[in-house]
Amino acid sequence: MFDLVSENGVAQCSNLEEGASPLAIRGLTVSYGQKPAVFSVDMTVVPGQMTAIIGPNGAGKSTLLKAALGLVPKVSGQVRVFGADLIKQRERIAYVPQRASVDWDFPTRVLDVVLMGLYRELGLLARIRGAHRAQAKACLERVGMADFADRQIGQLSGGQQQRVFLARALAQNADLYLLDEPFAGVDAATEKAIISVLKSLRDAGRTVVVVHHDLATVRDYFDSVFLINTRKIAEGPVEHAFTPELLQEAYGGRLATAQMDQIQPLAG
Amino acid sequence: MSGAEFVPLSLPPLVIGTCAAIACALPGNFLVLRRQALIGDAISHVVLPGIVVAFLLTGAISTWPMMLGASAASVVAVILIEAIRRLGRIEPGAAMGVVFTTMFAAGVLLLEQTDTSTVHLDVEHALYGNLESLIWLDAVGWTSLWDFEALAGLPPEVFRIGAALCGVSLFIAVFWRALKISTFDEGFARAVGIATAPLGIALVITAAIAAVAAFDAVGSIIVIAMFICPPAAARMMTNQLGHQVAWSVVFAAVSAILGYVLAGYGPLWLGLQDAVSAAGMIATLSGVILALCARFGPCRRRAGAPLGV
Repeated sequence: MFDLVSENGVAQCSNLEEGASPLAIRGLTVSYGQKPAVFSVDMTVVPGQMTAIIGPNGAGKSTLLKAALGLVPKVSGQVRVFGADLIKQRERIAYVPQRASVDWDFPTRVLDVVLMGLYRELGLLARIRGAHRAQAKACLERVGMADFADRQIGQLSGGQQQRVFLARALAQNADLYLLDEPFAGVDAATEKAIISVLKSLRDAGRTVVVVHHDLATVRDYFDSVFLINTRKIAEGPVEHAFTPELLQEAYGGRLATAQMDQIQPLAG
Repeated sequence: MSGAEFVPLSLPPLVIGTCAAIACALPGNFLVLRRQALIGDAISHVVLPGIVVAFLLTGAISTWPMMLGASAASVVAVILIEAIRRLGRIEPGAAMGVVFTTMFAAGVLLLEQTDTSTVHLDVEHALYGNLESLIWLDAVGWTSLWDFEALAGLPPEVFRIGAALCGVSLFIAVFWRALKISTFDEGFARAVGIATAPLGIALVITAAIAAVAAFDAVGSIIVIAMFICPPAAARMMTNQLGHQVAWSVVFAAVSAILGYVLAGYGPLWLGLQDAVSAAGMIATLSGVILALCARFGPCRRRAGAPLGV
């Protein structure tokens, strides 16, 4: 299964064609009521890279992701996944929603949540077999949660819950990973575990897109950034698109000098 | 008690009560987890306009048109609730409250416009059911269970609630995985291609059909209790959805059987003369089971719940 990856190409495309992009969005507008949350946004995700979607609170970061997945209705715009219609490419996408979006009291165990990642493979009625459980356990192993397979999900810490969500996405064995705020409210160990898994996915040729809010870690974690504040502000490699000027534009002057210092490349 | 007395008098109410309890408890598991458990209460109110309209159209008080009317009203209510919930972006409880009070009020108005002296809608009957009156006069003993002629004389409620139970069980068995994923994480469910909105409506319509079939047989008080009490009690016995559903079936069956027996014989054991309402006793018992599970169940501690207590 993992062999498929190399075909997607790790090649860096400077002049990327829409057909080759794992996620190409054109003229996307999403509106909650009267106010547009995302307005006329174009986005072309580079394959085999880690891309951060960055912007202030309420800038439409999560909405952009959800609209790309067809989870919120769009007013206008086009979404192409690997050059085709989203519906035909669902197997190739793994989505990690915000941890707070679900009820962790739900009566289920950690392994059952990871097995949900095999839904496309199993369908409605196919039996879960030993091989599926082994596959799910291997995914838990990758996020360092193998010992928690039989735990009730409500007994986990926030960071552990986030890792279980990532394990479920790994079980989907996708080519494009879309993660909504995976580092929100997690402990340092979890953040490290998650980023190392995401980097290993990237190194295996998968494409990773993350809604991210911690500007201080952008340079360490990501290859590309997508700056948004309802409209697209900038898009490109970190060194070009993650500049103080563009950030000030995205955040509308709301960035304190201390924050700006954090994101400046270290001198020398 | 001999078979000659038990089979005609007590077996049909026991079977009907148990089937009705389980048919409501099964979808109740998902409704409770989706914070939609009040749907039973809502449906018990919205059937009124359906029944009145069915009467106005047919001009007769007969079972099938009224059940169809009740089912149609439930489906309309379910679609209205979902529409208000999704378009208005409000929580399901509020959407249900708006729809069921409005439709019940409309039913009352409709009823007033008709000649109320000829349409006698017995409130007590609708609320508590007539479980004790569902007797099988053709039966002479256990052997009647193998006698097709005698079986044909079974109260028709047996077949209706039996069919409803089969339908509910089949729906949940087929859509188990999709129901589980979409109840836990709707965003993820939609991302993997599960049609969560139609599935949610199908679940509530399934529950509505079970409810209407159960009203007809046992009255609304059991329906409302069984949507909530057995699943809620079962949740405190286990941390796995499959086990929770199994526990809820056990609790529903125990409530129905023990409740019927206690209602019939409990007062006699206490030296009183008359039996009490079986439907009332069954609903009360399900509440007692819920209270016991809330106090002694092994999984009653919730994530985020205050420690101590």
